[in-house]
Amino acid sequence: MKVTEQDVAYVAGLANLELSGDERTGMLRDLNSILDYIDRLNELDTSNVEPMAQVSDRYGVDQSKQGSDRFAYATRDDIVEGLRKSLSQQAALENAPDADGTFFRVPKVIER
Amino acid sequence: MELSQLNVERVRSAIQQRTTTALALAEAHYAEIQKEDGRIGAFLTLCKERALEQADRIDRMAAEGKPLPPLAGVPVAIKDVMSTRGVRTTAGSKSLEKYIPPYDCTAVTRLEAAGAVILGKTNCDEFAMGSSNENSAFHPVRNPRDLTRVPGGSSGGSAAAVAADMAVVALGSDTGGSIRQPASFCGVVGLMPTYGRVSRYGLIAFASSLDHIGPLTKTVKDSAIVLQTIAGRDPMDSTSADVPVPNYVAELEKPIRGLKLGVAKEYFGEGLDEEVRQSVESAIDRLKNLGCEVVPVSLPHTPYAIPTYYLIATAEASSNLARYDGVRYSYRAPGVKSLSEMYRRSRDEGFGAEAKRRIMLGTYALSAGYYDAYYLKAQKVRTLLTRDFEEAFRKVDAIVTPTSPTAAFRLGEKSNNPLAMYLADIYTVTADLAGIPGISIPCGQTREKLPVGLQILGKHFDEATILRVAHAYEQSAQTGS
Repeated sequence: MKVTEQDVAYVAGLANLELSGDERTGMLRDLNSILDYIDRLNELDTSNVEPMAQVSDRYGVDQSKQGSDRFAYATRDDIVEGLRKSLSQQAALENAPDADGTFFRVPKVIER
Repeated sequence: MELSQLNVERVRSAIQQRTTTALALAEAHYAEIQKEDGRIGAFLTLCKERALEQADRIDRMAAEGKPLPPLAGVPVAIKDVMSTRGVRTTAGSKSLEKYIPPYDCTAVTRLEAAGAVILGKTNCDEFAMGSSNENSAFHPVRNPRDLTRVPGGSSGGSAAAVAADMAVVALGSDTGGSIRQPASFCGVVGLMPTYGRVSRYGLIAFASSLDHIGPLTKTVKDSAIVLQTIAGRDPMDSTSADVPVPNYVAELEKPIRGLKLGVAKEYFGEGLDEEVRQSVESAIDRLKNLGCEVVPVSLPHTPYAIPTYYLIATAEASSNLARYDGVRYSYRAPGVKSLSEMYRRSRDEGFGAEAKRRIMLGTYALSAGYYDAYYLKAQKVRTLLTRDFEEAFRKVDAIVTPTSPTAAFRLGEKSNNPLAMYLADIYTVTADLAGIPGISIPCGQTREKLPVGLQILGKHFDEATILRVAHAYEQSAQTGS
């Protein structure tokens, strides 16, 4: 088994999930079965292969430039409210589970 | 007018010639939804006020004798992962059960600007994660062709809405096959454009490097018309490509004689249902009779596509879904005492089992000590999978495959086995990883009268060719020549 109960608890913590006892048991089983299947990637030698993070790495890129200049097509002038008006404060708070008209309201942040 | 006979051009010309009105067509579709959707479950939210307002605008244009825009009066359903201003958008998740977006998705804006009438929002797997639509937090969707079976996923509601004549056109999203596989299961046309062809602005993110918006329609021509409307650079999405948009409808009529179609043995191996194989092989024969040359190609890394996909998609999902924190717009658990408890319990109660499974797998794959072995490894294999296609497309103009290894399966059949469910996407995920376009069109049915889909894959930004092949096949199959 690749993933242990401790791993499940640790990863749940990283992901800000609680998970009930039953969920942890199921997660342990599912993650191990999926990771076993994923293991087949190790059959491939990828030591000389570049990683691909984005499809756009492969088109539209100006290879004669360096760094982010290669993606010049994707840039635009930085102007305030150039593309879309910012949301009003009221609109931005509209969907909040708890807000006071000015701020989002959350439970106590500092615990002691 | 029979709803089943409607397509984009018929709707527009009937309204232009005043033989019907956009209002009457919208009402007729709402009546059909009222009558049929109780047993299918394709819609989550209807936006009748917005629809009738738009219909009225189109009818006034027609009354004044003005030329109507390309999608005038066309009743459209939108997958509930695309934001609609003032209309609830849930992504099929309890965590967004009450979310009302303050802005529209670019694809929706463009459809409405072209005259489309948005009827409502369609059901889907939670955050578009699933292949059967059973992961919706609200209710499953049933396949209109056989109510004991799934419509496919994750755009199951969109596919079912079009298949059941509750909409003429629907938008879906495809991250691992979520437009093409449900199109195949429900017997409609589903197009995933090239990555970057259609803006993702306003699409609720699942896996940003893999997410695509595209149409589900009754005909290939409708698919071309809708793509024409939604394609093109959008400054609001920096990954939307600045590549010229051809006239897809005009390109449809070009002959397909002499085109080279690749067939890869990796897509006809173990796990492919015999009846699906027969339908797809006779579809390929038909294309050969239409003058295409069939060329064997090899896509040797295909068996590694599913594991690659489930690392990259889950890694990106774990990061994208971090925003559902119960603070700004998502579900907050009641009675929480501290901030950290609020995060954990809100996410625990707001997400369903599959979303949590993918967050966990993705977080694990990105965590210290495992990043190189899993995430980085998958990114490298993604390069190999993409090179397979680049190599093949040096020899052929398009590649033809089955869309899915089986026809629609039964509700509950795979819901307890995540890995079996993942394998339903085995022929579709690779195109998402490589960013190439793909279309699924109906190509016959099984003995149990379940639709089978033919998938046609193309080169980056060459939707025109796959649409042209699909159109020629469809026309030929309809006339039975």
